[in-house]
Amino acid sequence: MTVPAETSVVVAAAEGDALTSLDAQLAGGRRLRDGAFRVALILSVVLALVTLFTLLIDTFLQGRPRLNSDLLTNMPSARPARAGIQSAIFGSLWCVGLAASVSLPLGVGTAVYLEEFAPKGRWYIRLIELNIQNLAGVPSVVFGIVGLAFIARGPLGWGFTVGSGAMILTFLVLPIVVISSREAIRAVPPSYRDGSLALGATRWQTVWHQVLPSSVPGIATGSILSVSRALGESAPLLLLGALAFVTFNPDGLDSGYTVLPLLIFKYASDAKSEFHVLAAAAIIVLLVMLLALNTAAILIRNRFQKRR
Amino acid sequence: MAGALTVAPSTDGAPNLLPTEGLRRRLQIEKAIQGALFLCALVSVVVTAAIVISLVKPAAEFFAEIPVGEFFTSTTWAPLFKPAQFGVWPLITGTLLVMGIAVLVAVPAGLGAAFYLSEYARPRTRAVLKPVLEILAGIPTVVFGFFALYFVNPQIIQRFWPLGEVGAFSALAAGLVVGIMILPTMASLAEDAMAAVPGTLRDGALALGATRREVCTKVIFPAALSGIAAATVLAFSRAIGETTIVLLAAGSNPRFTLDPGQGVQTMSSFIGFAGIGDQPTGSTGYKTIFAVGALLFGITLVLNVISVRIVRRFREAYE
Repeated sequence: MTVPAETSVVVAAAEGDALTSLDAQLAGGRRLRDGAFRVALILSVVLALVTLFTLLIDTFLQGRPRLNSDLLTNMPSARPARAGIQSAIFGSLWCVGLAASVSLPLGVGTAVYLEEFAPKGRWYIRLIELNIQNLAGVPSVVFGIVGLAFIARGPLGWGFTVGSGAMILTFLVLPIVVISSREAIRAVPPSYRDGSLALGATRWQTVWHQVLPSSVPGIATGSILSVSRALGESAPLLLLGALAFVTFNPDGLDSGYTVLPLLIFKYASDAKSEFHVLAAAAIIVLLVMLLALNTAAILIRNRFQKRR
Repeated sequence: MAGALTVAPSTDGAPNLLPTEGLRRRLQIEKAIQGALFLCALVSVVVTAAIVISLVKPAAEFFAEIPVGEFFTSTTWAPLFKPAQFGVWPLITGTLLVMGIAVLVAVPAGLGAAFYLSEYARPRTRAVLKPVLEILAGIPTVVFGFFALYFVNPQIIQRFWPLGEVGAFSALAAGLVVGIMILPTMASLAEDAMAAVPGTLRDGALALGATRREVCTKVIFPAALSGIAAATVLAFSRAIGETTIVLLAAGSNPRFTLDPGQGVQTMSSFIGFAGIGDQPTGSTGYKTIFAVGALLFGITLVLNVISVRIVRRFREAYE
């Protein structure tokens, strides 16, 4: 691309023409701006990379002194030397497990309906679609308000329990599951459906035997993404009593609870600096759990892709 | 379907075209499943309705107790103290401050990263960078909050901020880290928009002697503008809604200030803060959560609708 500019430099040198030397200057300025632009782009990427690695390394260095099995087996305590995160790990597993097992069928069902059964163009279908799009953009703390008004208190009156925490996480991740599942279902070639229908299968048989099996990798990836989101979510649960001091593991839906992100929040905002070390160690545990989930997502995707 | 199959009632030896018992049951199951799937789709509508209902009623009650005039003219926000004061301006300036800083980081850097990934990076570099950005996008906000409070603020802001002393909390630390949190989303949405620009436009510009920068700024950028604009609006919306990072890094002291070196409270971090303090149902403090929540929900809803509209209306159709 810079070839014509260089040629004009040669011409300018040969003829000493004022006009072409101006041209050469312009070309030089252009090259400078090209270089500056490239550097700016690389800096943007570097900003993201440096932040990520600084965050990981700094957290690891801060949390390392408390990174041992006592951290996992001890209960939260007001004395930093004895405090651990056991009840928060179990609380997170309960809440996220419940939220996943409800939101996945519900979300995939919605996606199947919208892609395979819904009469296109009807006003109520457009309403549902628009509604899901907007729901995905609602700040998570607003879900906490709804949980407070409708689930913990108000009509359901479930209190600050595992059940109400799980329910609000379900609603929070539902739009993500729907949107990613719809994409996965849309990617199934129409010929699969046509072939199945032409052989006399009903629409549901087509969905169950052809469409869903071929979209499993996409649906699984999206679902695990939404489970990771639920696992790391903290803002809505602030309003649902998960910041409480809990020294027992949940034993059912009506049990009091805390979750890992909120215990991290609690330890991080404590005045004693020993708790900050504990918070950093708990963050490492949380990140390892998220890493395990994402590895599982990649494995599932690869395995299903190989089979086809 | 069922109607079409009941063609001819069979009498003596003629072939029986009536649906068999099995097929009839099959079709009933089919209908039931379709109904169940429709109910699944309705759940999300019910959730939205619940959001609106739960916000509107207590918010209306709040404004029945607190004159709208005081809400929008007073500059002191202390709803949970006695005597309570309800001037919302400190929350608005706090929100603007954190949102402004975050967007100043996320939009240019996100756009830069998108240009780099889409137009400059080699396939192998891309294959490494994309997952790294995805990891950054998957970091929980409480982790970002911890990082802002115990690394960015003491190690960077307190050392290098030239305009005055910075305390343990600052809007700057919160805003910067919220910006980094949004960056990957901004980059990936902008990159999607750039990838949708047909290669022929790129090749044509290069063939006419444009440099890669000129292709980026004069061809790709205008062609992908709708997607980039939608991503930018979404970045604003996410910056306004972020709670945990702000609560940890900017503290919980509502100040009427635009000085980024000070701790502030935003609308969302107020909701989180007030939610921790377990307000008794029906108290004015409890209703305040809903009034601010309604304001927050309204603003983000408008932003999301704008974002969807931009994509729909200004999308360049090339095929």
